[in-house]
Amino acid sequence: MKKTENYMLLEIPSRSANESFSRSAVAAFAARLDPTMEELGDIKTAVSEAVTNCIVHAYPNEIGVIQIKCKILSGNVLDISIKDHGCGIEDLSKAMRPLYTTGSDERSGMGFTIMESFMTSLKVTSKVGKGTTVHMKRKIVDRGEKR
Amino acid sequence: MTSFVQGRRLTIALTGEIDHHRAAEVMQTIGQKIAEYLPKVCVLDFRDVTFMDSSGIAVVIRAHRRMHELDGTVLLRNIPPQPWKVLHAAGVERIAEVERSVPV
Repeated sequence: MKKTENYMLLEIPSRSANESFSRSAVAAFAARLDPTMEELGDIKTAVSEAVTNCIVHAYPNEIGVIQIKCKILSGNVLDISIKDHGCGIEDLSKAMRPLYTTGSDERSGMGFTIMESFMTSLKVTSKVGKGTTVHMKRKIVDRGEKR
Repeated sequence: MTSFVQGRRLTIALTGEIDHHRAAEVMQTIGQKIAEYLPKVCVLDFRDVTFMDSSGIAVVIRAHRRMHELDGTVLLRNIPPQPWKVLHAAGVERIAEVERSVPV
């Protein structure tokens, strides 16, 4: 088990104006790991995808609560979990397929594919009627290793 | 968003953060400008895009569809590294020409 060195909890209503705030907040929290611009961009993108999923899919007709929990684990690992208490996902493997979307044509169906390829690990758990949790980790390369 | 027309080439400069919150507005602006100028080539300039998630992919797909109806094409240029990583992950090169002059 990796040691938690720091953490933060953030709770926001599922309003689209909070997409920008939530990814920036996670990026600010991750800053002490001294990530590169690319690592920071990857993290912000993955968070943006997960939060947007909550807004568009978990709470399609209401404003619900989104909980974002970030931890810094020993070994320079950023651990992010994004949880909603929305409608849940019936068929996870289908939802995670590239280009699959139940959203309007304003959505590309690439959200999970991007989270998966931009982060070190991705785990999604969901229960219909209960909600969904997206758990992602990203190893931040140590500054010494970078230079 | 500013735009200019040279012959049948319409250039639209995208700005700021392109996410789900802004996607509808960006799509609408691009759609209106294409309808107004009926270009052969629609250039989307990403120079001033500071962040983009998969919502930007949907924006490009929509522009591609509109231009395809007009027998025209979409050209993406000046894409900074972060938006490029997202566009490339989606294989955007299959539906739009890409001109990259911003160094990675």
